[in-house]
Amino acid sequence: MSLLVYGVVARRDDTSLDSAVKKGQLPAAPGSGVALPTLDGSSRQSLAALRGKVVVLNFWASWCPPCEDEAPVLERVQRKLESSGGTVLGVTYKDDAASSRDFMRKHKLSYPSLRDDRLDLAPKYGTTKLPETFVLDKRGRVVAMSRGEVSQDFLTRAIDRAQSS
Amino acid sequence: MRAAVLALLLLLALAPGALAAEPKASFNDVEDEVMCDTCNVPLNIADSDRAEQERQIIRRLIAQGLTKDQIKDRLKAQYGPGILATPQDSGFSLAVWWVPVAVVVALLALIAALLPRWRRRDPPDGGDDGARGPARELTASETRRLEQDLARYDV
Repeated sequence: MSLLVYGVVARRDDTSLDSAVKKGQLPAAPGSGVALPTLDGSSRQSLAALRGKVVVLNFWASWCPPCEDEAPVLERVQRKLESSGGTVLGVTYKDDAASSRDFMRKHKLSYPSLRDDRLDLAPKYGTTKLPETFVLDKRGRVVAMSRGEVSQDFLTRAIDRAQSS
Repeated sequence: MRAAVLALLLLLALAPGALAAEPKASFNDVEDEVMCDTCNVPLNIADSDRAEQERQIIRRLIAQGLTKDQIKDRLKAQYGPGILATPQDSGFSLAVWWVPVAVVVALLALIAALLPRWRRRDPPDGGDDGARGPARELTASETRRLEQDLARYDV
C-alpha cells in the first residue's frame, strides 16, 4: 500500500514554478548550471552561460506536432531577439538526435538547441508534455511561461517584460 | 603465390557477409522489452508519435546488426533506464524484485510458526464423527431418551 502511495506521489507533476511565476515572484530559472550537449554533440552549454541575455527556453521534439506549428513563431522571435542580444534556446525532450537535426533543417531554425535525452533539465521545469516555453530575463529569472503551443502574442508581451525587468 | 590466391578468394567469399550486417535481433523481441517513454506503457502497445520514432530507432539499430542486449544498452545509455520495460536492478526499482520475495518469506515464516500450534490444539469435545476424544457413559436421562427413540423407530 505504501509503495502504491509513493508511486502516486512521485509521479505527481511539480507545479511550484507555475505558482511562483503566476504570483510574479520571478523565480530563478531552475537548472541553470546543467550543461547539455548541443544537437551535433560537439559541445555543451548551460543557461548560466547565457546570463545577461533574455532567453526564450523552448522544450520541443521532432515527433511533437504542436512543436512544428510553433517553430516558425520561435524563428521569427529569434530574428528579433538576436538584434537585442537575446536568444531562443531549444531543448529537445526525448528525441532522436538525427530527427531533431532534420526538424531544424526542415523548419530552417537558426537558434541553438540542446539535447536533454536523459531529462536532466526538463523535470526541473515540471515539463512532462510538449511543447513548453519559459521566458527568462537577463538575470536568469523566469518572467513568463507557457505550457502548450506558444503564441506570437504571448512571446511579444513576455519578452517586453523580460527586457524591462 | 597459390596460397595468396586462395587467401584472396577466401576474403572475397567472406566479404559480402562481412560488409552487410546480419540482423541479430527480431523487432518484436525488442519491442516488448522497451517502454514508450512519453506514454509510460510498453512500446508494443503504445500508439503515439514518440512510440513510432522509438520503433524507427530500434529498426535502425537492428539493421546495424546489433543484438537485443546491445540495442537495449544503447537505448538505456541514450535515454536513461526508464526506457526499458524490465525493472532495473538498482534504486527504488529493486522493490519490484524484493517485495514479492519478502511477502513469500513472511508467509512461509507465519505458516511455520502457526502450524505446530494448530496441530497441538485439542479437537473439540463431541466431534462430529464421534471418533475423537474419550467415550463417556450416558446419563440415565440420555439412556431413557435413546431407548424411547429406538422404540419409536422400531429398530
